[in-house]
Amino acid sequence: MALSRRLLVQSGLGAATVALTGTVARADEPIRIGFLTVKTGPLAAGGIQMEQGMNLFLKLRGNKLAGRDVQLIVADTAGSPATTRTKAQELVERDKVHVLIGPLAAFEALAIADYVNTQKMPTLGVAAADDTTQRSASPWYARATASAGQCAHAIAHYAATELKYKRMTIIGDDFAYGHEQNAAFLRVFEDNGGKVVQKLWPPLNAPDYGTYVSQIKNNVDAVFMSFAGSNGFRFTKAFFEYGLGGKIPLIGGMTAMDEAILQQTGEDAVGIVSANWYSAAYDNPANKEFVAGMQRDYKIDPGYYAAGPAVAGAVLEAGMKALGGRFDDREALMKAMRTAVITDSVRGPVKFDDRGNAIGNIYIRKVEKKGGKNVNTVIKTYPDVSQFWTYAEAEFLAKPVYSRDYPPAKNLEN
Amino acid sequence: MTGRQLAAWALVALALAVVPVLLPSAFYLGIATHALIFAIMALSLNILIGHGGMTSLGHAVYLGVPAYGVAVMTMQLGWSPVPTILFALALGTATAALFGVLALRASGLGFLMITLALGQVMWGAAYRWVGLTGGDNGIRLSGRPTLFGINLTDAVPFYIFVALILFMALFCLWQLDRSAFGACLRGTRDQPRRMRMLGHDVWRIRWTAFVLAGFWGSVSGVLYCYDYQYVSPAALSLPQSAEALLMVVLGGAGTLAGPVVGAIVITAIKTIVSSYVDRWYTLLGLTFIIVVSVMPTGLVPGIAAWVKGRRA
Repeated sequence: MALSRRLLVQSGLGAATVALTGTVARADEPIRIGFLTVKTGPLAAGGIQMEQGMNLFLKLRGNKLAGRDVQLIVADTAGSPATTRTKAQELVERDKVHVLIGPLAAFEALAIADYVNTQKMPTLGVAAADDTTQRSASPWYARATASAGQCAHAIAHYAATELKYKRMTIIGDDFAYGHEQNAAFLRVFEDNGGKVVQKLWPPLNAPDYGTYVSQIKNNVDAVFMSFAGSNGFRFTKAFFEYGLGGKIPLIGGMTAMDEAILQQTGEDAVGIVSANWYSAAYDNPANKEFVAGMQRDYKIDPGYYAAGPAVAGAVLEAGMKALGGRFDDREALMKAMRTAVITDSVRGPVKFDDRGNAIGNIYIRKVEKKGGKNVNTVIKTYPDVSQFWTYAEAEFLAKPVYSRDYPPAKNLEN
Repeated sequence: MTGRQLAAWALVALALAVVPVLLPSAFYLGIATHALIFAIMALSLNILIGHGGMTSLGHAVYLGVPAYGVAVMTMQLGWSPVPTILFALALGTATAALFGVLALRASGLGFLMITLALGQVMWGAAYRWVGLTGGDNGIRLSGRPTLFGINLTDAVPFYIFVALILFMALFCLWQLDRSAFGACLRGTRDQPRRMRMLGHDVWRIRWTAFVLAGFWGSVSGVLYCYDYQYVSPAALSLPQSAEALLMVVLGGAGTLAGPVVGAIVITAIKTIVSSYVDRWYTLLGLTFIIVVSVMPTGLVPGIAAWVKGRRA
């Protein structure tokens, strides 16, 4: 549970005395988790769900992991790289946390990447930026969710081989997260015989998607969208308002049909297929308990943002269990977390590759109406998907990171 | 310099020097360093606002452009620190020289809008020119440099480095304020027509002030890059420009101490108070409203007038 800051400072004084006198952690000391999330600004909706997911996870564990008490210290990064760095320093140097979870946005994760490295601070990330576990992977960073491209690879394969789409338009937010998803989609879709004939990049804060919807070619088999936050909902709405809904199928990336916006999207969402490492409708005991808790405590279905910290928490718990409840040796803790094999997290089984990214199920989900509300029903599971898809790791990493223009689209039509 | 002034400067130097002794940890010293860097930025903006009467909403350009200069030169071209810093300062100042020509075609609201637009252009370029800037993923620096044999990695040497530069900036701007040029600049602020009638080239005075502001802004940009060791389009964003403007207005435009006080107050609310108060943005807004309504000229002149009033 989140402690009040004042209480924390008081207990922190005790911890500081220990640190000053140079003694090691007491045997009954709680593990302090530093939690970086966004609580102010445009990204706050997702950031607050992250915090709710983390709080619920700890509540369901009776605020104990591997028999040890937990202190959660939440810091608001305000969605700014500079503030994220200051807050990370605050958690590490002042609050003396044992592990960091977060932050939310890719640029925040990049802003603290070298800091967690030099501080040797075990960090469980949730941000999607591909390179944090690829070309600039760190031994102190692990991501139990997915890279941006990881889910897009899977849905591209599904679109080409099962939905049998041949010609597609891809559209996504014009920033790294959208670029990486669309590039990953393009690569796998074209490697499986499809053709991307059009790429569209609305700016992140596009006031209206009408101009982009009207540019979509009317002779494509389907449209792939990779949007973040509420943009998936806003784009889908415009897509239907302009009469394309029902004529051209719409499929989505990791957050385009997130549970956070699924109810607002209403009837329009029904039938949309998307890929994610999680679904609130995924059926295992851990997830059932988690979803029921989110509905009880916060009246929402958990999605990408709320589930991420719950998976990270499960990884931390597994790492601590492997060490018999110890966490004072950072190197051992990081190693135990990265070699942990978890079978029963809210996303199902998960483990890590040698660069610290999750290998786990990717679910192809279809929005269905059940009991008066939209749910992401799992229609196909790609088991044990790595961030490199089926490509060889060395060959994958030798190429540039996914971007707006890489891999090049060879089949664009004007 | 009179004895009193000398004493004041000694006091400033002493205040800057005792901070590392008083602050308990590297973390708080780091926050003090952030505050001093933003103080330099606010001081540079104050040349325009306080002395020149030109309100700019695009000052983040002179924070971000040199910061990108440092990052690109260090990480992509492998330059050593001294040429990198000189290049970044020249780049920021040259940008100011060019943008000054464009922005000073107008004054007042027009000037504000042009600086805003130029700021957004640079932000857009940083966001889009992925090959050079890394887009919104930004550029990471591999560490702080070693300058003249002193490694700036640790909090204490870096703080001393920044504090020395702030001291220099304060001294230079104080001299500027007292110089003939400073008087001319204030003249163009208060009575531009009269200045023109007296034979002064108002445009050139304003442009020179703009370039000076760009230079000192660039100094803060270089320090910003070395401080956070990361630069992304956020450094060039409108909120960054607006924050600098808030620092100046909150502390007191046109005074030497005002921007420094404003920078310290806002940095403290952003980094320290935000740990205890969830709605710290609201608190920031309230602080600003209260200061503006109780002390319309800013904290420093407001408090000075209050102290004077109590003595009388």
